Order: sequence, then C-alpha cells, then structure tokens
Amino acid sequence: MSYLPYLLAAWLFLVGLYGIVTSRNLIHLAVCLTVTQSSTYVLLLAIGYRHRGTAPIFYGVPVGSRAVDPVVQALTLTDVVVSVTVIALILALALDVHRRARTVDPDEIAAFEG
Amino acid sequence: MNRNVRIAVFCVAAAGLAALLVASVLDLPAFGHYQGAYGNQLLRETVAERHTTNVVTAIVFDYRGFDTLGEEFILFASVVGVTLLLRAQKDSEDDEHVLRKAPDDMTRSDAVRIGGLVAIPVLFLLGLWVVAFGLVTPGGGFQGGVLLAGAIFVVFLAASFRAYYTLTPTEWVDFAEGAGAAAFALLGLGALLAGASYLHNFLPSGIRGTLESGGSLSFLNWATALEVTAAMLVLFSEFLERYVAPVQRPLA
Repeated sequence: MSYLPYLLAAWLFLVGLYGIVTSRNLIHLAVCLTVTQSSTYVLLLAIGYRHRGTAPIFYGVPVGSRAVDPVVQALTLTDVVVSVTVIALILALALDVHRRARTVDPDEIAAFEG
Repeated sequence: MNRNVRIAVFCVAAAGLAALLVASVLDLPAFGHYQGAYGNQLLRETVAERHTTNVVTAIVFDYRGFDTLGEEFILFASVVGVTLLLRAQKDSEDDEHVLRKAPDDMTRSDAVRIGGLVAIPVLFLLGLWVVAFGLVTPGGGFQGGVLLAGAIFVVFLAASFRAYYTLTPTEWVDFAEGAGAAAFALLGLGALLAGASYLHNFLPSGIRGTLESGGSLSFLNWATALEVTAAMLVLFSEFLERYVAPVQRPLA
C-alpha cells in the first residue's frame, strides 16, 4: 500500500501554482504552468499502474499478460505533445506583452495598465 | 493587490487545496492496484478486434479517436495563434526578405557539423520508423512527428538559419499543417460514407502485428504525424525568425 506517487502529483500541482502566483517573469510563469500540468501526467500514469504489469503492447507478449492501463497512457501522450504547442502560444503572448509594455514582470504590467 | 497579501491569500487557499487533495488521494485504490473496467476491456479485446499490438495507439486513433480530433484542433489552434501573433509583428511576410535580412550564422565547428550530418538521417529514419510501427511497437504519429521535426531542426543547429529556412518554405509547411488536420477530420467523414458513425474504423483490420493492421487507424496515425511535424516546424520557424531578424521597436 503506497500513496507516494499520488502525493507527488499533488505536490507538483501545488509547487507549480506557487510558482505562478509568485512569478516575476512571464517566461518563468509559463514554465511553472508546465510543472502544474505535469502533475496531471504523474497522477494519470500513477492511477493506471499495476504491479508487475508490462506496457500495454502485445508484440512478442501474449494477449492477456498483466499490463498497465492503456487509456491513461493514451490521454497523457497526446497531451504531452499538444501542451508544447500551447506553451508556444503562451510564450508568443509573452513576447507580445514585452513588445507593448517593455516588461515581462506581471506585477509591472498590472501597474502599467492602471 | 499587494504582493505580500497575494502570497498570504495563496498560502491559505493552497493549504485548503492540499488538505482536499490528500484526502481524495487517500481514497484512491492503492498505487499498483488499478481496477478500471474500461482499460481492462480494451486490454482484452483490442488485439483481436483491430489486430494492432500497441493498445495505446489503438485507443488514441480509434476507440477514443474523437478525443484525439479535439486534441488535434487544440494543437492546430495554438499554432494558428502563434503565427497570428508573431507574423503580425513582422514588417514583411516574404521568405526571401527574411533570408536577405538573416545574419551569416553558419556553424563553424567541424565537430558539430559532422555530428549533425550523422544525426539528421538517423533521427529522420527513427522518426519515420516510430510513426510507421506505432501500431505494432511503442510509437505513433504524435511521438514520431516530434522526432521528424527534430531531425529537420538539426539542420539549423549543424548548418545555418538560411539552410533551415530554405529547407522549410513557409507556404509548404503551412499547407502541410492544415492538410494534416484536414486529413484527420476527412478520414472521420470517410466512415460516414461507409455507413458507420463518425471516425469509426471502416477499413479491414489486416494482419496482426504488421504494418497492414489497424484499418483506417493507420491513416489517422500518418495524418497526425504530418500535422505534428508541420506544427513543430511552424513554431521553430516563427520563433527563429524573431531571433535572427528582430523587428525594430516602434518609438514610444
């Protein structure tokens, strides 16, 4: 009985949020967002894990062998790639902010806009 | 809001959230004791039904293909967003103009150039292999697409921006990006023509454990590979262009 992987996911989520709240740089903020998002991958994969289970790939392995859950893996793998493009969009927004406000500190931007 | 007040408010909220997360986590089945009916059923039936030995790929492109359609369009929308934001800031859309303004950044280190020369074909072949055999062994369109884009990006690292930019003309990459997304959606319509529901696997399942397995799943796999490769190349190009040909700041 172990809950450590789940608690790791919860910790990653909170640490990422802390980074977002205290961030003084939009690029750093985007990285913190990816940390927060990674916590969902850890949680999904941890939930689908089965002791002594193999990967859910039955090439050279007989069907019916003990395997981990394939559904959470499918969810995670698509999101890993898609999240990269979403982060690119956020970084492009950060560039745009820098061009308009000449700063990447979220606190200064709030002051800049009144 | 004052910075210290904000952090204090966050700490209170985070403590509450942490308590809720821990309470809910302790209610989950213990780590390693997964009990999901859906996953178990797919583990039992996928290989017999679709003849693809990689169950994860079968879920991504077949059983939950509709989810993946959504993910594909998140990817597509993000890439369109990046191009809208970054291209609007350029003074010219013209590839030739960008190339003329680009500095001479040819890599001078022989070790890097030779290393790149070896890495490019190996990475590209690995990418194609990961995509093609994604139905059989670990891999698939998403992973292979990133590898293929990475192989092309090594051209920038080992040669120069000009070489990379000439190799990936904007209009071709843009077209490939749209074509990949469109192919995925249109393959879903193919199922309607065959009298099945949208994105249903409408082709024969083929031979187990070979490239012929999976029916329409393998075409969706290649459509995704094309879209992901093009998406990564568009992103590389857009950010690189700003790096090598920055726009002059307007006077405040």
